[in-house]
Amino acid sequence: MSDNTAQPLLRVRDLVVEIPTRRGLLRPVNGVSFDVERGEILGVVGESGAGKSITGAAIIGLLDSPSRIASGEVWLDGERIDNLDNEGLRKVRGRQIGTIFQDPLTSLNPLLPIGDQLAETAMVHLSISRAEARERALAALVEVGIPAAAQRIDAYAHEFSGGMRQRVVIALALIAEPRFVIADEPTTALDVSVQAQILSLLRSLCVKRNTGVMLITHDMGVIAETTDRVAVLYAGRLAEIGPTRDVVESPGHPYSRGLMAATPSPSELADKDLRLNQIPGSMPGLLDVPAGCAFHPRCEFVKDRCRNAVPTSYPSGNSHSACFLHDAEALS
Amino acid sequence: MLAYVIRRVAQGALVLAIVGFVSFSMFRFMGDPLENILGQEATVLDRQELEDRLGINKPVLVQYFKFMAGALQGEFGVSYRNAIPVAEVIAERLPATLELALVSGIFAALFGIALGVYTAIRRDGFLANFIMTTSLIGVSLPTFLIGILLIWVFAVELGWLPSFGRGETGTMFGRPSSLTSWSGIRALILPSVTLGLYQMTLIMRLVRSEMLEVLRTDYIRFAHARGLSSRAIHFRHALTNTLIPVITIIGLQVGQIIAFAVVTETVFQWPGVGSLFIQAVQFVDIPVMAAYLLLVGSLFVVINLIVDLLYLVIDPRLRVERGAGAH
Ligand SMILES: Nc1ncnc2c1ncn2[C@@H]1O[C@H](COP(=O)(O)OP(=O)(O)OP(=O)(O)O)[C@@H](O)[C@H]1O
Ligand SMILES: [Mg+2]
Repeated sequence: MSDNTAQPLLRVRDLVVEIPTRRGLLRPVNGVSFDVERGEILGVVGESGAGKSITGAAIIGLLDSPSRIASGEVWLDGERIDNLDNEGLRKVRGRQIGTIFQDPLTSLNPLLPIGDQLAETAMVHLSISRAEARERALAALVEVGIPAAAQRIDAYAHEFSGGMRQRVVIALALIAEPRFVIADEPTTALDVSVQAQILSLLRSLCVKRNTGVMLITHDMGVIAETTDRVAVLYAGRLAEIGPTRDVVESPGHPYSRGLMAATPSPSELADKDLRLNQIPGSMPGLLDVPAGCAFHPRCEFVKDRCRNAVPTSYPSGNSHSACFLHDAEALS
Repeated sequence: MLAYVIRRVAQGALVLAIVGFVSFSMFRFMGDPLENILGQEATVLDRQELEDRLGINKPVLVQYFKFMAGALQGEFGVSYRNAIPVAEVIAERLPATLELALVSGIFAALFGIALGVYTAIRRDGFLANFIMTTSLIGVSLPTFLIGILLIWVFAVELGWLPSFGRGETGTMFGRPSSLTSWSGIRALILPSVTLGLYQMTLIMRLVRSEMLEVLRTDYIRFAHARGLSSRAIHFRHALTNTLIPVITIIGLQVGQIIAFAVVTETVFQWPGVGSLFIQAVQFVDIPVMAAYLLLVGSLFVVINLIVDLLYLVIDPRLRVERGAGAH
């Protein structure tokens, strides 16, 4: 691949994912654009059903049929990857883009020793021998902090605790040294006590290798502590994107504002059910996304214009918000 | 793990004891064994003498233990029909049945698994749908009809394969076997397919649904996300996980083949224990029937046991935890 550092590592442009269903055409991702730089962690946040996971799946070409990319482009390091064939995409997955899923308990094949799973991943992407692959597997386990890795390389998934399994999953995602990593709620299924460890492990590994990361999460605390920039998704559209600090401290989009207000303080964090739903109403289902701005029925600043036209992205401080409040021309 | 093995063996022994009791009961409740042996003109003295000799006047439990002790040594008494020891009759017939069951079992398992995997991977393909639809016929037609249809097509109309008998038999492991000659192998094809078709279909449908289930799991999705080839994902990851839950059923299906052999052997005039059993029923030849019942029961128990032990080998989760469990 070209080593064009002038390009962002990952560039997503106007991505639209469609799902044809009997009840109509759904657009779980509807015109999303963002970039991720090398060594940068982009947080992707939004309510359940906002389209976070589908965005990730679309990037690595792993949409479940009948979902498909209807339009838009995905570029990795200056190379377009959304129109690759299956074999081309297979070579991107694991090698160029590593993926970490939510549940470490179910991400590992229960019948294959973890070392074998690591080695097979290394062997399929790097032309190395079985012995070299095994060495790499061991090194990867050491790197993610599995104690006594040499003795545990032939252990099975069920012999590890949840946190250890997620470390193994991270080792699997990173073993072929991908440039970009998609982590879809990597700590949601874990004990609160190990969540922070896993996140800091992920962060340090990616910083060390200058890997770009897309970190999908519900958890504003994770966003604030782990990410450099954050993208807020609402009903398949990007509501706001910008440096984490700016979005957290002075959100530009009314939805982000509600989201930040709804962020539990540390004392409330114990109550796990406390989520993003403190804005009145709820996110519309994909079949009844309202015309205009998808957020307008819940928005306290709603204007006529919001009911009719879909806002494009406007600068709002250091970030960009898809909200007419920031349309400088209309204001003047 | 040893305790587990011992427990399973004990359970098997209990099942056999019960099956043994059922076959033993046949002697008492089906017809009058004395009359069967002596004929109707026997005197009371003859009867008493024979009762003593056979031990029929002893308590039931004593008789049962005697029967089981004999059975364990392969002693089932003498066939009523032709006065040959039952053990000899069975020994003569059993290899033919085992051979037929083995070949149909292999046929059912291999084709069942292969077609199951194929129809799961090509879920919406034309051929996969076609196979699934035709397989319904395989499940719903009775065995004898399938046998007759196969004979009609391949033996009568096309004349490719023989319609009855074992063909030329040579010796294998000191027993007559059809697998030693071409004509014997040809003779095996139709009865094996007939016998195994139902099981093959069941195994195929089972493997398909289990495989579809496995293909939806997170670790398969993760395997895709790691960039493994479809081949590695389907066969290295999905197939092993598919087979684990279906091994028991495959084992039991293959076990059933021996029991189902009765019909197939009759249709194809296959000289095995199945057709022997049918003859025994016609002649109320109780020792032969009892021996057959025990034999089939034991085979079931043994197959079950093997299947259970296989799990220990294949599924790491059932093996003892390694020393270094970091929980
Ligand atoms: N095959 C499908 N048919 C219909 N709707 C679907 C299908 N797959 C996904 N969806 C819908 O697409 C929307 C986006 O799903 P996605 O998994 O991306 O949400 P998410 O933001 O990751 O949510 P969560 O936080 O719960 O993981 C959801 O509303 C979901 O119901
Ligand atoms: Mg999700």
